Amino acid sequence: MNTVTPLTPATPPTPLSPPARATPDAARAAAEAVRDPELPMLTLADLGVLRDVRLEDDGSVTAVLTPTYSGCPALAEMRADLDAALRSVGFATVHVRTELSPPWSTDDITAEGRRKLAEAGIAPPGRAPRRSTGPIPVTLTVRPDSAVRCPQCGSPDTEETSRFGATACKALRRCRACREPFEQVKEI
Amino acid sequence: MTDDHVYLSLAEEHGDDTRWAFGTGFEDPLHGVDTTLPAGVDADELAALCLALADDALVAAQRLAEWVTLAPELEEEVALANIGLDLLGQARLLYARAGQAEGKGRDEDALAYLRDPGEFRNVLLAEVPNGDFAHCVVKLLLLSSWRLAQLQQLIGHADPVLAAVAHKGVSELTYHRDHAAQWVVRLGDGTDESARRTGAALAELWPYRAELHAAAPETRNEVEAVLAEVLAAARLDVPGEDATVPAVSGRSGEHTEHLTELLAELQGVARSDPEAIW
Repeated sequence: MNTVTPLTPATPPTPLSPPARATPDAARAAAEAVRDPELPMLTLADLGVLRDVRLEDDGSVTAVLTPTYSGCPALAEMRADLDAALRSVGFATVHVRTELSPPWSTDDITAEGRRKLAEAGIAPPGRAPRRSTGPIPVTLTVRPDSAVRCPQCGSPDTEETSRFGATACKALRRCRACREPFEQVKEI
Repeated sequence: MTDDHVYLSLAEEHGDDTRWAFGTGFEDPLHGVDTTLPAGVDADELAALCLALADDALVAAQRLAEWVTLAPELEEEVALANIGLDLLGQARLLYARAGQAEGKGRDEDALAYLRDPGEFRNVLLAEVPNGDFAHCVVKLLLLSSWRLAQLQQLIGHADPVLAAVAHKGVSELTYHRDHAAQWVVRLGDGTDESARRTGAALAELWPYRAELHAAAPETRNEVEAVLAEVLAAARLDVPGEDATVPAVSGRSGEHTEHLTELLAELQGVARSDPEAIW
């Protein structure tokens, strides 16, 4: 499933029905509020890694996560946090499924997520490159930077100092106007 | 997580003794993924392919990790470690898939830590010991150009798990190859000394392409075209094929003594207590 889809209505009361708090809305709200361990200003919903939250017929809940990078060490942490959040709103049985396809892209970060990143001094990503099925051209020069604005002073006059930052998802940049270094979530 | 601070959150109760710190308590990296083998996919072939791609990534990641504390500048150290981390992540997913396909009950740890050098299938270029920084970026250019071309073709593989791992890996490898290519251009078209060192690294490593092309002939044209473009931009001459490379084949399990040394370090702790929970 590519997008978070509307939840199915609650199943009619049966002997297996979950306790009163364990509603679809509660499940959705609890899962969406879980924070990313490495970018804690963002929720999993802001980051776009939470692909579905649904109630099953047996009263359990299933959340579907997608990883950001292949080697991201935060995935197990996210899974555990999701599990705990869903248990805290009354679900005794929680399944966290991992969906690898289609791969996560920084284009999946919501507008709200981008606003929160900028507020925290991290420049949000630009549009991820479109890929055709043919060979990917090699980029021999540092890419033009005009799209990345300094999150401190708003100047577009910024430069990349390193494509790789403190976590897999970030690049290091510097503002030529206010001289502040800053991080950017790099397009993927 | 109740606390916004990642390190403070480590001290929280997790209700699970095996997860004693951030990133530990590794479980199956394919946890929660539908891992049914589709009809029409040969399980042995899939296992062999995943294992070879995983071994290339693990061994290359270990060589990159050896640069930590030794790279010419902090940013570069972070970059090389990040590239290694991407490869390690790919290796974990591929080992898990290989273990499922072969059906002998081996998980990612058994495949990474409990096999002897003769059971590894990585290409020799991945195990070549590190040299100077020019050597590092030339090796990374060769390996990442080749791996990117392979992964892109594997997006169409009949096994959806391998196809998904490849698809994700393509975005990562595009960054790795660009990083290496930009350094090769900077060094090749830099000072006399940087050009000399880059040329020497190329002369040493260039003939290892033969094994890359033998292992993935379908990527040959693309890889050669990329390398020619980068060398032209770097004002470096295409070297001859006359440097000596070991007359063995990593894909057949024949390796140099360098892999034995690398694995001794990589596997030593895990083998000293195979039952330990990390």
